[in-house]
Amino acid sequence: MSQKKKDEIQFDHNHDGIDRRGFLKCMAWAGTGTLCVMQGGVLKSYSLSQLGQLGAKQASGELSFVQISDSHMGFSKAANQDVAETLKAAVAKINALPVAPEFLLHTGDISHLSKPEEFDAVDQILKTAKARDVFFVPGEHDVLSDNGEIYHERYGKQTRGDGWYSFDKNGVHFVGLVNVMNLKAGGLGALGSAQLEWIKSDLQECSSSTPIVVFAHIPLWSVYPQWGWGTEDAEQALGYLKRFGSVTVLNGHIHQTMQKIEGNVRFHTAASTAFPQPAPGTADSPGPMKVPAEKLKSVLGITEVDFVRGKQALAVVDSNLE
Amino acid sequence: MKRNPMILIFAVISLLASRAASKAEASPQNARGNEAATAVNIDNFSFGPAASKVAVGTTVKWTNRDDIPHTVVSTDGVFKSHALDTDDTFSYKFTKVGTYEYFCSLHPKMTGKVVVE
Repeated sequence: MSQKKKDEIQFDHNHDGIDRRGFLKCMAWAGTGTLCVMQGGVLKSYSLSQLGQLGAKQASGELSFVQISDSHMGFSKAANQDVAETLKAAVAKINALPVAPEFLLHTGDISHLSKPEEFDAVDQILKTAKARDVFFVPGEHDVLSDNGEIYHERYGKQTRGDGWYSFDKNGVHFVGLVNVMNLKAGGLGALGSAQLEWIKSDLQECSSSTPIVVFAHIPLWSVYPQWGWGTEDAEQALGYLKRFGSVTVLNGHIHQTMQKIEGNVRFHTAASTAFPQPAPGTADSPGPMKVPAEKLKSVLGITEVDFVRGKQALAVVDSNLE
Repeated sequence: MKRNPMILIFAVISLLASRAASKAEASPQNARGNEAATAVNIDNFSFGPAASKVAVGTTVKWTNRDDIPHTVVSTDGVFKSHALDTDDTFSYKFTKVGTYEYFCSLHPKMTGKVVVE
């Protein structure tokens, strides 16, 4: 048996990416100061002296990123008179994390009225975050100009159609979707047939063991249709995702955190960095909800997402701005 | 020229009537009967009234009283407002008979209609 074969997963009975034989072998080394790390389904060991050569992420076998949402730059009403300040507080929170996220995902409503100066202000603030990149998808407030030209000019350069795209990071496949354009009267969010066709073909490239992260503004599950909190044709997209062992769906729009697990799919909505909205059905309408000033930051937040190989689901952790 | 006092009286009455009518359109608050037909308030994620009945030639004015922007978009592409922030307004003059359904393109669950007769 070659050296490589000894470290490979050969028996994965629990389907959690951990090979019992490899695990036991690794534990036997623990006393000698060896770090065992699962990378690409393979258990690798590193002596402590080698750790210096590894980046923090490789050493921990993780990918970590942060989701922020609904910054609504330009909003200034009772619910929050200074959304720039609370967005800065969100960035401060990100910068205080023990391990800097590799990138940020902004799930839309970046601006409040699709104005260039609003997008500028957000870009300036996010530049101070300790993350290499920011990936965006639009919210309905970002595409108020005709067909969302202003948004597309800024953030749509490498996207298809109305702004959808995908990319890979550390073996995780990310799919950014747009469900806020061409909405029909009386309806919910919508993906549209062109986007659905693209999702189908995009996912065909991925093996079923590839962890998938889908991000879009309006929830892709039916949170509260009476308030438009759902997406008409999400079922079809979810159908294409059925074969994957780990799917994480990250949304915004509802300005509160919510989670749901359905089979291998974990749905999550993030808090806003601007203002909260009421829980489903607890108010006349889903508008901005005023809370006492000292309580505002406790109902705004960011979401850290960590991918740890060997675990099916990504770890999704919400934290308030305090 | 034969002076006909009736024509003169009629002319004066028409002149006064048309001035009164245009005054009513310019300041809808004065004509209480017309207000419900020509003004639509947007508040709490809804159009109020949700259904308006107006005569051909009437201008309907939507005012956003909500603390979040909304739009007024006809489902048939007949009219479309910009994004209306709080206190912004949008007006449209209905020159043809028909039923005009509309909605807010930001929050499509918000729907309304104007019936023009």
